[in-house]
Amino acid sequence: MIGNFVGVVFDGVAYGSLLFVISIGLSVTMGLMNFVNLAHGAFAMVGGYAAVVMMTRFGVPFLATLPVAFVVSALVGAVLERLLYRRLYRASHLDQVLFSIGLVFMSIAGATYVFGSQQQPVQLPAFLRGQVHLLGLDLGSYRLFLIAIVIAITLILTWLVERTRFGAAIRASVDNQQASAGLGIDVYRVFSLTFALGSGLAGLGGGLGIDVLGLDPTFPLKYMVYFLLVVAVGGAGTIKGPLIAALILGVFDVAGKYYVPQIGSFVIYVVMVAMLLAFPRGVLGKRG
Amino acid sequence: MGLPTQKWSKGEIIFWLVPIVAYFLFPRYLTLGSQIMIAALFALSLDLILGYARIISLGHAAFFGIGAYTAGLLAKYGWGEPISGLVLAACAAALVGLLTSFLVVRGEDLTRLMVTLGIGLMLFEVANKAAFITGGVDGLSGVEMRKIFGVFGFGLDGKTAYIYSLVVLFIVFIFARTLVRSPFGLSLRGVREGERRMPAIGVSVTRKLVVIYTISAGIAGIAGALLAQTTQFVGIDTLGVPRSADLMIMLILGGAGYLYGALVGAAVFMVLQDYLANLNPVYWQFWLGFLLVLIVLFARGGLMGGVLALRRRFMRRA
Amino acid sequence: MRYSFMTTRRGFLSALAASAAALSLPRLAWAAEPLKIGLILPLTGPFASTGRQIEAACRLYIARNGDTVAGRKVELIVKDDTGSPETTKRIAQELIVQNKVDILAGFGLTPLALATAPLATEAKVPMVVMAAATSIIPTRSPFIVRVSMTLPQITQPMAEWALKNNIKRVVTLVADYGPGLDAEKTFVKRFTEGGGTIVESIRSPLQNPDFAPFLQRVKDAKPDALFVFVPSGQGTAVMKQFAERGLGEAGIKLIGTGDVVDDDILDAMGEPTLGVITSFHYSAAHPSAENKAYVEAFMKANNGMRPNFMSVGGYDGMHMIYEAEKKTGGSSDGEKIVAAMKGMSWVSPRGPMSIDPTTRDVVQDVYIRKVEKKDGHYWSIEFDKLEKVKDPSS
Repeated sequence: MIGNFVGVVFDGVAYGSLLFVISIGLSVTMGLMNFVNLAHGAFAMVGGYAAVVMMTRFGVPFLATLPVAFVVSALVGAVLERLLYRRLYRASHLDQVLFSIGLVFMSIAGATYVFGSQQQPVQLPAFLRGQVHLLGLDLGSYRLFLIAIVIAITLILTWLVERTRFGAAIRASVDNQQASAGLGIDVYRVFSLTFALGSGLAGLGGGLGIDVLGLDPTFPLKYMVYFLLVVAVGGAGTIKGPLIAALILGVFDVAGKYYVPQIGSFVIYVVMVAMLLAFPRGVLGKRG
Repeated sequence: MGLPTQKWSKGEIIFWLVPIVAYFLFPRYLTLGSQIMIAALFALSLDLILGYARIISLGHAAFFGIGAYTAGLLAKYGWGEPISGLVLAACAAALVGLLTSFLVVRGEDLTRLMVTLGIGLMLFEVANKAAFITGGVDGLSGVEMRKIFGVFGFGLDGKTAYIYSLVVLFIVFIFARTLVRSPFGLSLRGVREGERRMPAIGVSVTRKLVVIYTISAGIAGIAGALLAQTTQFVGIDTLGVPRSADLMIMLILGGAGYLYGALVGAAVFMVLQDYLANLNPVYWQFWLGFLLVLIVLFARGGLMGGVLALRRRFMRRA
Repeated sequence: MRYSFMTTRRGFLSALAASAAALSLPRLAWAAEPLKIGLILPLTGPFASTGRQIEAACRLYIARNGDTVAGRKVELIVKDDTGSPETTKRIAQELIVQNKVDILAGFGLTPLALATAPLATEAKVPMVVMAAATSIIPTRSPFIVRVSMTLPQITQPMAEWALKNNIKRVVTLVADYGPGLDAEKTFVKRFTEGGGTIVESIRSPLQNPDFAPFLQRVKDAKPDALFVFVPSGQGTAVMKQFAERGLGEAGIKLIGTGDVVDDDILDAMGEPTLGVITSFHYSAAHPSAENKAYVEAFMKANNGMRPNFMSVGGYDGMHMIYEAEKKTGGSSDGEKIVAAMKGMSWVSPRGPMSIDPTTRDVVQDVYIRKVEKKDGHYWSIEFDKLEKVKDPSS
């Protein structure tokens, strides 16, 4: 089974990549606005359903639906941020948790009403189905695709955060809101755009994840733990932290289930609790 | 506002007459009544840590479940005496609370949330795997209760269950009320309001939190045991995360930090759920979410907060 | 009360006099009392499709057979079980005490049935289990009669078919909970008894179904077939992953219980299901006249929704209740009704079935089917069967 180790790691990396795409928005939101948003999964779900509607109602091919998923979720995020989230920036974490749980319930009920409670199907283009024979291994084509996308997104985000003015504004606001405002940075505008970006990425992840994670109205609750895990373990406010955390969690989850299926499901929780106790602020946490 | 005393106000006395009156007014809904009281007791336990000590936990159902399974297993394997079963269940839950308290007394809110959530999920899996003890997803049945004091048996009419739950709730409530109005309770409030300053006046914050967390776990265990004894069944959902989430909602609905908020919130939540679920089950979840959003945005003190605000305005006019 | 003497004038006049006398009496607890059936189903949550199917089937039965039986008007009181055993028990209690139901029915999950069983015994109310599938259920109360199926009952034939068809090495993959373990135990026992080898038994966690690592393990074990049992919603994920990892191309057959190809979502699952062989007690494609009429009427009354195995549980439950009422002359006596149900046999849309008089459990034919595409839709087409299968543990 050692030869399969590479295969297992590959699967784990693919799974972790998907978690990363969805969770990165949450990391930045939490790091920037110190807002515990349990409803992040709902934005991923919105993106997923947007992609499904595009595919089934308008016959748009899968790959083209992904940008739509991004845009729709980003818009929903922008609107909600402006109308609702903004009022709770100074509220206690408990209030934020409750508020976002309320949003989750509403989104689940809404999705059930509109789409029904069953799993949504997705039609992948032929070149993304099946497996590719690479370096003596059978690797899932779709998972290769996922990893490629995540590498691309990570590079773009890193460029955005480190090389643009907007990115500088984000970094400044994360480090010290008051000082940034004092320097003339429109902190609230940074919040809005970042929230929209984070939600958009979640939506993209939701669309990408239909094939791997499935899509049904309980999506936000089912996977909430994983997103929070990635951010808590990786540390809110950075890009690298959640990336490392997502990869670790993905690999351990898959490896655990592969090598010791009897306790496979425990592995991820044990790893999480252990890491949280060891690094209460996250592996590369910035937010204090 | 002044320091709290141990005197009972008129409003409180009227409040406790309500369940007694309800016993005679709604003889066919006594089972709903006893389940409301169990939920109220459970919410009370959460209020102690969330309302008074500001510990956010999404895994409190773990203690509820431990209490339920302890009482259930005792009864199933021969020890069907209710009251001693209740006490043993409370001890089991409190013990686990004590042992896990170190996980929640430090760290940030998000970490605590994740750790409690993680423990809740893990415990669910453990209970599922240990199906030969717990019955797993099929639940623990065959819980046979003996009569309370050898006289009062649990029957179809639900009368014994109702009175039993009410008496237990009242006794535990008096305990909790005395606790929060005692010097210990005041120091908790100090922790809640100014955690960093407490060590400066010689208060060991960690120790206080451990104590309140253990007590809270024990009370949650009592609630779980009550459920197992009055329904003669323990489902695996007693330890699940949805139960913890519902619990938090009940508490916030009623208002955290008032003790009475927990009772009121639980009652309103369960009655609403029963009523709305019959009208149109799917929309129940939507309106619950909506209500939650509204409460957080506009009515942070929950129902109790609203009631007290009204009373203040009333008293100012008078 | 037999009215065969009504044809003579004396008989007619006697009947007339008797009716007049009966009507003039102030209160007669005779067949005028409506037949109240408390139907407790999952109407929300992950198993909402079960509730939907059963309720639709019950209403269809009433629509096709009239809402009166043995002189009593049938009243269906439908309640949501909310998936919680304590709530289900409380609702059952309220139905008995407040609504005074004559019969309790439904029960989508095992814990709900187990929690309610002592109530049925205490109140002497028949409990018709239309969905829950664990073997022990009817043993928990002498008032329980089941019309759905048990997991061991439909799993055993799959093992037998595998043995007959040159499948020697199997990996089992089941969801880690009661029904899954039931299926695993039954399959492993029967298969190894017949000389087969179980290469490995994998259990997937109930909560997070990412089957990739498990299926990879299966592929590496190189068995002749993979036996699968997962709850209805997870079937799609398994089959998709199965196809994506090329297990079919590697020569591994996919066999399992019919839950994996639930008729409710089979069509939506589409291509990955082609060729999957399952054993089950009902397929919407069952080639009998009764079933054809049933499926047609069901789809017409429910917006094209295809009936699945849950629905026949509801339909046959109603049938059994109606027949029991006819047999006992409209009785409300729980013991009499249950006695009438024992040993009853009839032809259901699923095929012939009966109720074992000793165990009060369902005895029915179990079919081996393969998923094929016909007229643009996916169906489980039966090609073999085992007759009159009882639950093996009884």
